[in-house]
Amino acid sequence: MFPEEVLEHVFSFLNSHTDRNTASLVCKSWYEMERWCRKRVFIGNCYAVNPRVVIRRFPEVKSVELKGKPHFADFNLVPEGWGGYVYPWIVEIARAYPWLEEIRLKRMVVTDECLEIVAKSFRNFRVLVLESCEGFSTDGLAAVAANCRNLRVLDLRECEVEELSGHWLSHFPDSFTSLESLNMACLGSEVSFSALERLVARSPNLKTLRLNRTVPIEKLSTLLQRAPQLVDFGTGAYSAEIRQDVYSRLADAFSRSKNLKSLSGFWDVTPAYLPAIYSVCSQLTSLNLSYAATRSPDLTKIVSQCYNLQRLVVLDYIEDTGLNTVSMSCKDLRELVVFPSDPFVGEVDVLLTEQGLVSVSQGCSKLQSVLYFCHQMSNSALISISKNRPNLTCFRLCIIEPRVPDYVTHEPLDVGFGSIVENCKQLTRLSMSGLLTDRVFEYIGTHAKNLDMLSIAFAGDSDLGLHHVLSGCDSLRKLEIRDCPFGDKALLANASKLEKMRSLWMSSCLVSFGACKLLGQKMPGLNVEVIDERENVNSLPEYVPVEKVYIYRTVSGQRFDTPDFVRIMGKDKDDLYNLS
Amino acid sequence: MSSPLLGIEGGGQANASMESGFPKNPTFTERNYLGLSDCSSVDSSNVPSPCLNLKATELRLGLPGSQSPDRDPESSLTSSEKLDEKPLFPLLPSIDGICSSSTKTVVSGHKRIFTDAMDSCSEIKGLSDGSWLSAASGSDSDPSKSVIQGKFSTNSNVKGNVSSGDQVAKGVTTNLNKVNASNPPAAKAQVVGWPPVRSFRKNILATSSKNNDEVDKKPCSAALFVKVSMDGAPYLRKVDLRGYSSYQQLSSALEKMFTCFTIGQCGSQGGPGKGNLSESKLRDLLHGSGYVLTYEDKDGDWMLVGDVPWDMFIGSCKRLKIMKGSDAIGLAPGATEKSKNRS
Repeated sequence: MFPEEVLEHVFSFLNSHTDRNTASLVCKSWYEMERWCRKRVFIGNCYAVNPRVVIRRFPEVKSVELKGKPHFADFNLVPEGWGGYVYPWIVEIARAYPWLEEIRLKRMVVTDECLEIVAKSFRNFRVLVLESCEGFSTDGLAAVAANCRNLRVLDLRECEVEELSGHWLSHFPDSFTSLESLNMACLGSEVSFSALERLVARSPNLKTLRLNRTVPIEKLSTLLQRAPQLVDFGTGAYSAEIRQDVYSRLADAFSRSKNLKSLSGFWDVTPAYLPAIYSVCSQLTSLNLSYAATRSPDLTKIVSQCYNLQRLVVLDYIEDTGLNTVSMSCKDLRELVVFPSDPFVGEVDVLLTEQGLVSVSQGCSKLQSVLYFCHQMSNSALISISKNRPNLTCFRLCIIEPRVPDYVTHEPLDVGFGSIVENCKQLTRLSMSGLLTDRVFEYIGTHAKNLDMLSIAFAGDSDLGLHHVLSGCDSLRKLEIRDCPFGDKALLANASKLEKMRSLWMSSCLVSFGACKLLGQKMPGLNVEVIDERENVNSLPEYVPVEKVYIYRTVSGQRFDTPDFVRIMGKDKDDLYNLS
Repeated sequence: MSSPLLGIEGGGQANASMESGFPKNPTFTERNYLGLSDCSSVDSSNVPSPCLNLKATELRLGLPGSQSPDRDPESSLTSSEKLDEKPLFPLLPSIDGICSSSTKTVVSGHKRIFTDAMDSCSEIKGLSDGSWLSAASGSDSDPSKSVIQGKFSTNSNVKGNVSSGDQVAKGVTTNLNKVNASNPPAAKAQVVGWPPVRSFRKNILATSSKNNDEVDKKPCSAALFVKVSMDGAPYLRKVDLRGYSSYQQLSSALEKMFTCFTIGQCGSQGGPGKGNLSESKLRDLLHGSGYVLTYEDKDGDWMLVGDVPWDMFIGSCKRLKIMKGSDAIGLAPGATEKSKNRS
């Protein structure tokens, strides 16, 4: 038996949550030892556990990470008011962890009051990351700025912030010099530029600065000059009348930014200003041009110089030719994201096809992660991609029109996606689109043994499809499905699998009220939430399919913060629908 | 309540085989977790199913290239070269429409690619719960046929919403998705949340493609999401203004969203809202003045909705608010007034 100090030292090398969780299962003394020295807690579903239970088990936590709404909330499928409120957590951890340093939240509702509590409760608070959160305003940010003396990171990624004023930034006191990372790209309001400049000037450790759209291009050179140590820079709106002096200053400032590795921003691009970044292209490991609505030649010129690029996010304006250049120039590429420039247009104006992705898969041997929007795909292209890149870990393909078959053969894309899961044995994340039958799910159930997250839309023919996935995918933890003809049978037959997963989302499928109630009754470890906004929902018979159902495992029982369009099924003793 | 009988191999025609190559649970085995099936065994694998041995009710995944529901079981697995007459996706063999529509999409050339996968897992017994199938093949077969075919066509304008099941036969738990076939094939029917692109990304592209001369100008059809709040409602909603082409449509959509409240006159059309989620709330509101729809424009001013042409409205609307009529007194009557005053 090792003395505690030795165990503690050994555990300090265990950083991943899964490793720590596993270690805590070995025996009672390891459990005790581990829980006292765990510093970082990650809770993938805020409703899976109670904050008090977490606090009781882990008394010495310095960092809390929480996720709230299901992923499809990003696409407006989860009605406002569903939940994901962080307030109860903030109140508890403010009381229990006065020395907390980090809070990371994703898809949660954060109010100004929460931010005020955070600002005032933690003496050594350092890191606040809010990703895809909403519910707060610039007043809350002002409270954080004013009170968090040791703040290092303020990262607002893609949040929806109520913009009351741009003055929040001025609330950072003059004595505040510890800032390392500031991401305000999602904000729309103008901040005082002089306050911003002074903040940058007195932050010698500032490595990440992502501005918002209101910072004009003329001011960028000033900021870059103030912070030559910057590693990650996001511009504001990258447009202005073409003026030689502005251009030269900008180009000069970029050329002096020897540490710059990541560039983003570029809203409203004036293409003539793009060459200003050429001098840093060869340093870049990450480049996000996904707001740059400019055509392929401009984009191609840039990427052709990015020899060290590992991550590229771009619009489909890059076209197949641009991606071909990527495949030849960016030999270190690990991640490719191509967003659609105009997701709703009927006729396709942009020459981005499956070919672009195939070339990148051929030329970039380290490519692991793909998110690709396009209008056509073929089985042979998917097969080529899978054979070129068996090392893919994340493959998300969105063919914009639902249920589109292989454009060459008019077959379903079953075989193509089947090839992906068969050849890419380390695949952990997959999103599919196009015309797909139950067959593709058979392939997935057979081969995708490492798949952790699967997203399905407008696919399949019957419950068999869902059954293949639930019974075959051993590592599956997150499954999200919309508009598929999957119903009660596969769900009920695989009920125990649901307890091994974090969550299952099904919307516009064929799961009935009755099945949801049954599942909720029989599985105390699951919350079966029916999300249904129809007026007459209480009078619908039990065999009618629900609009949406969200099923997740939990040790904290049903929640009580639900709006009236959410019902937690099967928990009532008298078998009525739960009208909370 | 139907049982989760997911029929098992062995029933009736010993249909070859669950190949050993298939790694796990090749059968659609009955798990009986919920104690709902009639079979007494728990944790069963390979429990013989009840004698539902009608060929017509068998569900199998045949080899690709198979054409018809009348198949010869023996020839199924031997090799993929034998592209014999087996249904590819004979889900409900009694519903011919499904078979024919699905096999339309099958072309023989590509079948050989996954010989392993096919050899090992091509014969899977599907659902052989006779009651489910006979119910489905009964009265519902025709509507369901058209539904499935509708789904297989490209450019289908699926709304993505399952409507309330008023066409569902009683007792059938697996209802075929009722496509809202009454929708005329729109130029581009927008499905909620599809493609999976975040709202802020859609809005940004809409504005930047307007500003940028480099990009070809076409009538911008990207989505335009704005928040809609309502006095007294506990949460707000979002609507895509480009999904509507008139105030009428917007108003009825908002009515549906905020059905517990009345929405008053709004520009050239109006009409009281209907429906109630809460009786007492509705009563309160009907006592007081009606509600009006207002919007915040690009200058930050709050205006009444409805006075300006629709296109001008969506070009300047930043967000919407459903206010009490009494609160809305004094609001600018419309942007036309405003611009008149300016110029």
